[in-house]
Amino acid sequence: MKIMTCPLNGPRNISEFVYGGQVKAMPDHQNVSDTDWAHHVFYEKNDVGIVLEWWMHSPSSFWFIAERHNATDEIIRTYPADQLFKQRVDFVANEGES
Amino acid sequence: MKRLKNAHFGQWIDPSQTIQFTFEGGLVQGVEGDTVASALLANGQWVQSRSFKYHRPRGPLTLCGYDANTLVQTPVAPNLLADRLPAEDHLAVTAQNYTGSLHFDLSRLLDWFGRFLPVGFYYKAFFKPRGIWAWWEPIVRKTAGLGISNLSVKAPYNDKTYAFADVAVIGAGPAGLNAALLAANAGAQVTLVEQEPRLGGSMNYHAFEGNYETTKSARDALVAAIEAHENIDVLCSSTCNAWFGDHYLPIIQKSRLIKLRAKQTILTTGSSEQHVVFRNNDLPGVVMCSALDRLMRLYGVVPSAPVVVLAGNDLAYRTAFSSQDGGANVAAIVDLRTTYNDPALSDEAKRRGIALFQGCGIYEAKQGLFSHGLSQVDVHKLDERGEVAEKLVSIDCGLLAMSAGFMPSYQLACQAGAVLSYDDSTSQFQLSNLPQGMHLAGSVNSVFSLDLVEADGRNAARQALRNLGIALDSETASAEDVNFTEQVNHPWPFLKHPKGREFVDFDEDLQIKDIINATRMGYRDIQLVKRFSTVGMGPSQGRHSALPTARLVAKTTDRTVHETGVTTARPPLMPEPLGLLAGRRFHPLRRTPLHHRHIGLGAQMMPAGSWQRPAYYGDPVQRTACIQAEVRAVRQGVGIIDVSTLGGIELRGPDAPEFMNRLYTFGFVKQPIGKTRYAVLTNEQGVVADDGVAARLGEHHYYVTATSSGVDRVYRDMLRWNAQWRLDLDIANVTSAFSAINVAGPLSRQVIESVGCSVDLSAQHFPYLAYQEASVAGIPARMMRVGFVGELGYELHVPSPLMGELWDRLLTNGEAHGIRPFGVEAQRLLRLEKGHIIIGQDTDGMTQPDEVSLRWAISSKKPFFVGSKSVDILSKSPLERQLVGFELGATSPQPKEGHLVIRNGHIVGSVTSCEYSPTLNKIIGLAYVHPEDAVPGTTVVIRTDDAVHAHARVAKTPFYDPDNLRQAL
Repeated sequence: MKIMTCPLNGPRNISEFVYGGQVKAMPDHQNVSDTDWAHHVFYEKNDVGIVLEWWMHSPSSFWFIAERHNATDEIIRTYPADQLFKQRVDFVANEGES
Repeated sequence: MKRLKNAHFGQWIDPSQTIQFTFEGGLVQGVEGDTVASALLANGQWVQSRSFKYHRPRGPLTLCGYDANTLVQTPVAPNLLADRLPAEDHLAVTAQNYTGSLHFDLSRLLDWFGRFLPVGFYYKAFFKPRGIWAWWEPIVRKTAGLGISNLSVKAPYNDKTYAFADVAVIGAGPAGLNAALLAANAGAQVTLVEQEPRLGGSMNYHAFEGNYETTKSARDALVAAIEAHENIDVLCSSTCNAWFGDHYLPIIQKSRLIKLRAKQTILTTGSSEQHVVFRNNDLPGVVMCSALDRLMRLYGVVPSAPVVVLAGNDLAYRTAFSSQDGGANVAAIVDLRTTYNDPALSDEAKRRGIALFQGCGIYEAKQGLFSHGLSQVDVHKLDERGEVAEKLVSIDCGLLAMSAGFMPSYQLACQAGAVLSYDDSTSQFQLSNLPQGMHLAGSVNSVFSLDLVEADGRNAARQALRNLGIALDSETASAEDVNFTEQVNHPWPFLKHPKGREFVDFDEDLQIKDIINATRMGYRDIQLVKRFSTVGMGPSQGRHSALPTARLVAKTTDRTVHETGVTTARPPLMPEPLGLLAGRRFHPLRRTPLHHRHIGLGAQMMPAGSWQRPAYYGDPVQRTACIQAEVRAVRQGVGIIDVSTLGGIELRGPDAPEFMNRLYTFGFVKQPIGKTRYAVLTNEQGVVADDGVAARLGEHHYYVTATSSGVDRVYRDMLRWNAQWRLDLDIANVTSAFSAINVAGPLSRQVIESVGCSVDLSAQHFPYLAYQEASVAGIPARMMRVGFVGELGYELHVPSPLMGELWDRLLTNGEAHGIRPFGVEAQRLLRLEKGHIIIGQDTDGMTQPDEVSLRWAISSKKPFFVGSKSVDILSKSPLERQLVGFELGATSPQPKEGHLVIRNGHIVGSVTSCEYSPTLNKIIGLAYVHPEDAVPGTTVVIRTDDAVHAHARVAKTPFYDPDNLRQAL
């Protein structure tokens, strides 16, 4: 069984981790066409090579980012998500919400 | 029978301890240390099985479990290897795969009809007419079967253990012993794995340099040092059955599966001796040279009939000399070659009086008239091209030992991604492209002479230690020279015979012509040849057939073996019992703090995910009556249900309202403190994913419930979203920290008041959907006015350790009010009467909010929630189905969950919930129907059991108390 290094918990068996799919940016939902949104939701790029992926260490529910070569299955590095997502994300302010 | 036992022969046996077991009903006497196969051979029983296709008699070939010729059956297990199975008193062993008896197998006739069973026979013969396979299959399966699984046997005990090592050494021959010792001496923690019951590998049976004395003393010194070493964990009778990523090694030791995580793996797995391909090379009595060595050195069995050795290398001479030393009558050595590596060998053969035929081969082995075994071999001259020429002589013999060379035991390395290559000029193999941290040594690395093998083992350990960062002292640090010189593989050990039966693959009864024919039919790729001919697919997995097949394919397609390659090795190495994979039968369960109280009250527990929940309380014989009584208690008096399995998530921080607003469909920013709101979660696809009740405890503090099975996913999704959004809040899954009960029914208020409640429970001060923190019976509780079952009700969430006490107090004080605990079954019916959906039961992976009439729970005024865009897009298209309530008369056939809704002959939906309601005296349910049929009063057709159509009336929900007056009391 493969070993993955959790940025929080160190090297652990891969069976302790949950795969969360390739990292992809959400389009601006207010200005995106229905088709583009559907692509965002249903399509994966499925690139071959080094990809950025979401992984979670299941016992600690810790999400992080892995750089992995998806053909050789080599995990190049893992790091906390805040190294990738550095800014607070805001949507247009609430108005007249009940 | 007399057994040889001295310093050099019979190493593993103790003739003073006899063992008796039965084979095919007859009594067999063996001695301590025997395997079933060796004991049978000591008794002259060479036929131990029948071959798979032609039912030819077969006997041991390797004596180390590498062939399928010794597959036998015991009462508890089929397909056991007799040469691995220790002989034990009272063991009842039978042969397999025969019709009639082992010695007179009626299916043997198949051998004479063999010409009608060409390669690819099954693919061709049963292909047409369509459906004919169904007729043939039982016959073929019976004839070509292996053992029989005894289904009445109690499952044996199996377990698993987890182990760790710095260095795993697989194989305890001379290379493995040296590698383990050097690594351990340097301070590494070593696990040494050996298939055989004892350490030593080939040093146990092979006389290296012709001297068993020195081989043995070298072995004994190594084994003693290893067994005394505190850094070495020795696992004998253990098979490393695969290599998985980052050196995760499943090791099977009898009924135990050891999962070993190593930092470095040294493969000293050795090699498997290769056979010579000639006519009738499968007769019982035709064995590998190493098998004859094992038979005599390990088990002290001396063949009584004359022995002929068929040599493809120098090593075979050692077997001839060694067995003569043990008292065997070695009649001749037939050498396929004309040159030696060591010219002294021919002189020694002459000195020993063994007839020597150089540049010769055995064209045909012959069976005795009255026996199934070997009785004679025909020796033919070979010409310069290796083709069979004139016959020289026939030699009477009962045993033929052969060696065409050695194939590395490459399987584990190749499973790890290594590439096996072959040098056509030297006939040597090489494994390259090893993964990080894997090392090879010994004959798997194509090193054969003892001093080099030992040095190779130490070199592998040096590399492993370097990778581990363990320093060696200057004396041992530097690598030793290991040069590969000795050629052990004969380049072309084939003697094709016009009548065939020169077996390439013993497991699958494949001959030279079968492989050649497969290539003629266009299967040039070695993988396709394998699939078409089934070569290498038998229990020995190509250990002997892979190389001759590759050679034959290469030759007939004008390529080199290097170009054709060999077939892929995949786990497992050896067949493994499924019981080992299952291990002990663990079923992880979650129990609420009230579990034993439920049992004490006579609850019938049911699984709900990993949780155990009361289905109802009472005698299963009166199941329906019990459930109905529980329903009645809630509707008319008061009931109490354990809802501790509900998920609970706390959200705290300045951004908690904003986060709730983004996750759930409703608006939560302006949710008043002290109020609850129904919270629906849609995923990014706009599918209803979960629901719960959100209570606002403070300006920056929410407590939200989730479904029992959904909470872990909801919690994970929340964490992931906030890993991207970086809002300022803390999210905690408090499912186990809090336990919860729902006290429901018109009398619930009185019951809670009776145990003492610190807040005013009146509808005015604590109305429907309100939230309060209170002390109930002196226990701190989070209280919510909920209406899931449609009556006045209070959900009380309290710290788990205190739940038992609260439950006891409520039941004691509630007795006067007729309180009754109710289970999941009653709750399902009660909520169905209210038309409340259960996410996951009444919804599926495609359900959008409009289909289940949840539009009211979606705020259209906020800029975003997860799934908002998808919900918007979906709402532009007409619905394809809609969940509605339906009702049927009490005497109608009752639809079940999953029954289909039919409209004009087409399936349009299905029933998701359906119960008989005693309160309403009708059958009620929820079903997906065509949107045009969603109007109350419409009749829909439900196909119930036995294709009986029920005509249900679409009804407005709630079925019960349509104005929701009772829950708001």
